[in-house]
Amino acid sequence: MAVCVAVIAKENYPLYIRSSPTENELKFHYMVHTSLDVVDEKISAMGKALVDQRELYLGLLYPTEDHKVYPSYLLCRYGYVTNSKVKFVMVVDSSNTALRDNEIRSMFRKLHSSYTDVMCNPFYNPGDRIQSRAFDSMVTSMMVQVC
Amino acid sequence: MADAALFEFLHTEMVAELWAHHSDPGPGVSAGPRGESGGATTGQKMSLCVLEGMGFRVGQALGERLPQETLAFREELDVLKFLCKDLWVAVFQKQMDSLRTNHQGTYVLQDNSFPLLIRMASGLQYLEEAPKFLTFTCGLLRGTLSTLGIKSLVTASVASLPTCKFQVVIQKT
Repeated sequence: MAVCVAVIAKENYPLYIRSSPTENELKFHYMVHTSLDVVDEKISAMGKALVDQRELYLGLLYPTEDHKVYPSYLLCRYGYVTNSKVKFVMVVDSSNTALRDNEIRSMFRKLHSSYTDVMCNPFYNPGDRIQSRAFDSMVTSMMVQVC
Repeated sequence: MADAALFEFLHTEMVAELWAHHSDPGPGVSAGPRGESGGATTGQKMSLCVLEGMGFRVGQALGERLPQETLAFREELDVLKFLCKDLWVAVFQKQMDSLRTNHQGTYVLQDNSFPLLIRMASGLQYLEEAPKFLTFTCGLLRGTLSTLGIKSLVTASVASLPTCKFQVVIQKT
């Protein structure tokens, strides 16, 4: 289950960021911010390597890191970039259940299609923060249930 | 897409409504370098800007939705090919007829039987009226390019109905 989900615009500012409310959210914001460097590296590396096919899903961005504060999680960060250079970063707690790659991919696909729906909404101006309730409820369904 | 005729009717009404809106010149806003301006008065130029802006917003949304399953584009030419094939098929149910480039940032897209013009005439009749029917499509192209990360300037020209050319000039920042 995801612990934190972020949507970052092409100019590298956050359009939407939400983390599970128990822990200090600043920590997750910081993790997402540092992951952006890794995302940029992967994008430019793919460009130079002259690969024929460029995938949208970037995979595991960071080796897992121990959470120093109790309770300790094993946190993995995953990235995904769309054709319009909008990035999705997801922080996942994988200490309980090892989430398979396919499940992460399907979560990103759901995110992508919800983001496309937000973009097609005529009341939404591209570049604003995402305030759609439908998007919120989709993200809630993906995040960890915390009492 | 639902029946193509629905969009054609809506588009015709949009042009008619926005063109008739400013029979007296509005506050003098210059048209700027966007779209094709056909009117002599600045009021009419402003309504063409509105039409082009509508096309831009639709293009932004389409630029997000259409390439959703395709892999990332490697270079500019791929994006233009996507415009000529996928975008044109999605909106007009046919592909663009020809794409030419000077490899220095200018592309000319030519459509030999543009669906929004084909009902009007074929030949030189109504040549002066034709450009305003292309404004929305210019905005559409510009919006899609902008979502895919390319800043551009799109203009259209008609030599004889229903053939029309869209010229895309990439703005290098």
